[in-house]
Amino acid sequence: MLDLSQYQSIGEALRDAMQKYSGEICLIEADRERENHRLTYRDFQQRAEPLAKALQDSGFAAGDRASIIMTNQSKWLISAYAIFYTGGVLVPLDYKLTAPQQWDLLRHSGASVLITEYPIWRQLSVAEGRAACTNLRWVLVTEAPANADLGGAQRWEEFSAAGAPQFVPRERRDLASIVYSSGTGGQPKGCMMTHDNYLEQCVALTSLYPFWPGVRYLSILPTNHAIDFMVGFFGPFTCGAAVVHLRTLRPEFVREAFPKYQITYVSLVPLVLKNLQKGLQARFDALPARKRKVFDFLVRVNKALTRSHPRLWLSRRLLPQVHNAFGGGLRAMIVGGAFTEPQTLQFFYDLGIPVANGYGLTEAGTAITVNDLKPFRADTVGKPLPGMEVRILHPDAAGNGEVAVRSKTVMSGYLNEPELTARAIVDGWLHTGDLGHFDAQGHLHLVGRKKNMIVTEEGKNIYPEDIEGAFDSLPVKELCVFAADYIWPRRSMVGEQLILVLHFEPGQNLTDELRREIVRRNNQLLNFKRVHGLVVFENDFPRNASQKVLRDSLRDLLVGLDRATAVQPL
Amino acid sequence: MTRTLDQTTQEVLDLAARHFQVAPGTLAPSDDFFRKLGINSLQALELLSRLENHFSIELPDYEMQGVSDFQTLAERIQSRL
Repeated sequence: MLDLSQYQSIGEALRDAMQKYSGEICLIEADRERENHRLTYRDFQQRAEPLAKALQDSGFAAGDRASIIMTNQSKWLISAYAIFYTGGVLVPLDYKLTAPQQWDLLRHSGASVLITEYPIWRQLSVAEGRAACTNLRWVLVTEAPANADLGGAQRWEEFSAAGAPQFVPRERRDLASIVYSSGTGGQPKGCMMTHDNYLEQCVALTSLYPFWPGVRYLSILPTNHAIDFMVGFFGPFTCGAAVVHLRTLRPEFVREAFPKYQITYVSLVPLVLKNLQKGLQARFDALPARKRKVFDFLVRVNKALTRSHPRLWLSRRLLPQVHNAFGGGLRAMIVGGAFTEPQTLQFFYDLGIPVANGYGLTEAGTAITVNDLKPFRADTVGKPLPGMEVRILHPDAAGNGEVAVRSKTVMSGYLNEPELTARAIVDGWLHTGDLGHFDAQGHLHLVGRKKNMIVTEEGKNIYPEDIEGAFDSLPVKELCVFAADYIWPRRSMVGEQLILVLHFEPGQNLTDELRREIVRRNNQLLNFKRVHGLVVFENDFPRNASQKVLRDSLRDLLVGLDRATAVQPL
Repeated sequence: MTRTLDQTTQEVLDLAARHFQVAPGTLAPSDDFFRKLGINSLQALELLSRLENHFSIELPDYEMQGVSDFQTLAERIQSRL
């Protein structure tokens, strides 16, 4: 791999990777059973440079911001390379957000360029919020049909200029990207990540999970997500490895991709990992009794022989059917975005497929702790990565307290939010809002959250404040949405739920009609945003001088209620 | 077989109701299928695969980005029939 300590910026490292690994395969893009293309680093560079030159010719300069809203595909990475080459700041946005949410973040980020796909632009171009986004100067759209109305955009494929672009150097402390860790509510949290953040994180992660030419990473998590950006782009590219993009996430094609492309690593969210577990378990359960007995015996042997550390070659021989279904070359599955249940991690490890579980926040780079598999532990989120200082603030008698991190990978702050930044980073320590403790082996255990939020199995961060709008003007005196575990900690990071706290007008009760209205409104929310229970609170909500609900004070009042009796299932 | 957009829309609604086991007639063209059916993205992909088989067409995932109501889904299908 490149010696990243010698580099100042992502763009500089990627530029040299193009030279060093020019003949190696860097990208494979497939659409179902069809392979769209297979690019070497040289091919990749030849496709990116005309775009970089066209951006430069249009006036795009160092520090300018360019957003990408695309599904995972080769043009995502080619565009990002061109942005970094020209000294730009990348603003990767989630293609699954609604169009008005995307416009909000485009405006907030100050992006002057948007690179997106035609199907996304078709929705975005006519959505509310476009007129207010006056900072946007150019929109480049990929794969637009021949006679499509581009709504003021230009075709990505035609946005190119002849001649070599000029490489624009950046320093480590310069802004490399703005990554939104949330932002569907009133206060977008745009994490300002520097080149130093990425270079340091890449060194730390690849020391545990290395890439090299010939390694193939299947990119399924959205590339705008910090994990896929690192292990599905920057990490493999600085090591000469290849990234495989599928233009579909249908399980049948994802399954086929493992053997077809000889996948080495893949990243998944817990929901997909659990689905894989369910599918495998069903196949094992369908085995005839005798075969099942033999299979179970081999799993037990594998488990015993890999107790201290993984032995991939041995597991592949003991359980060839399982490993061949994953292509025979899978070294690890990386799971992220949300907490994973230990029994799911153990299920795969017992089959000889290590799952690299860990813990991270966009604000801290990609990962803070990762399981180093020496030995595998399903019950923890691993040890701090090299270069990460992690401590527990104000531990209670059981040693649990807020997890705080200090590292070169921690963001420089939230864009345009100095107060929010000052609350998040105190004396150089990032306060994560998560609660946990270290065990004697130095593994971190997470036990709950200090912050009022939940994370779904799909890796979505849900803030209760964002849900309250759905219940606006409900005929009650006042209402508030909370993460139930924020009020009554459960010492668990799975199965988190939201509750709706209601305070009635004098003499008012929870009638069937009101309950029906709450259910109706709740059902209009996306499934992962729905509240699961109601709490009727007898007193006025504490408020500040400007009549804003003091959530923490309200929580302190609710804590006194018994969860089991206070929460009525909805 | 030539279908009108209305017929295609009705077939989409019927198939979604059967697949997710909700009472026929409870789904409307303007409904957001994520919200109405309470489904996640993986379940939405299952529905797309069933629709592909039913209509004998291919619906690329990326062309469905931002589509969340049955009417638009039916229009995208109709344009490929």
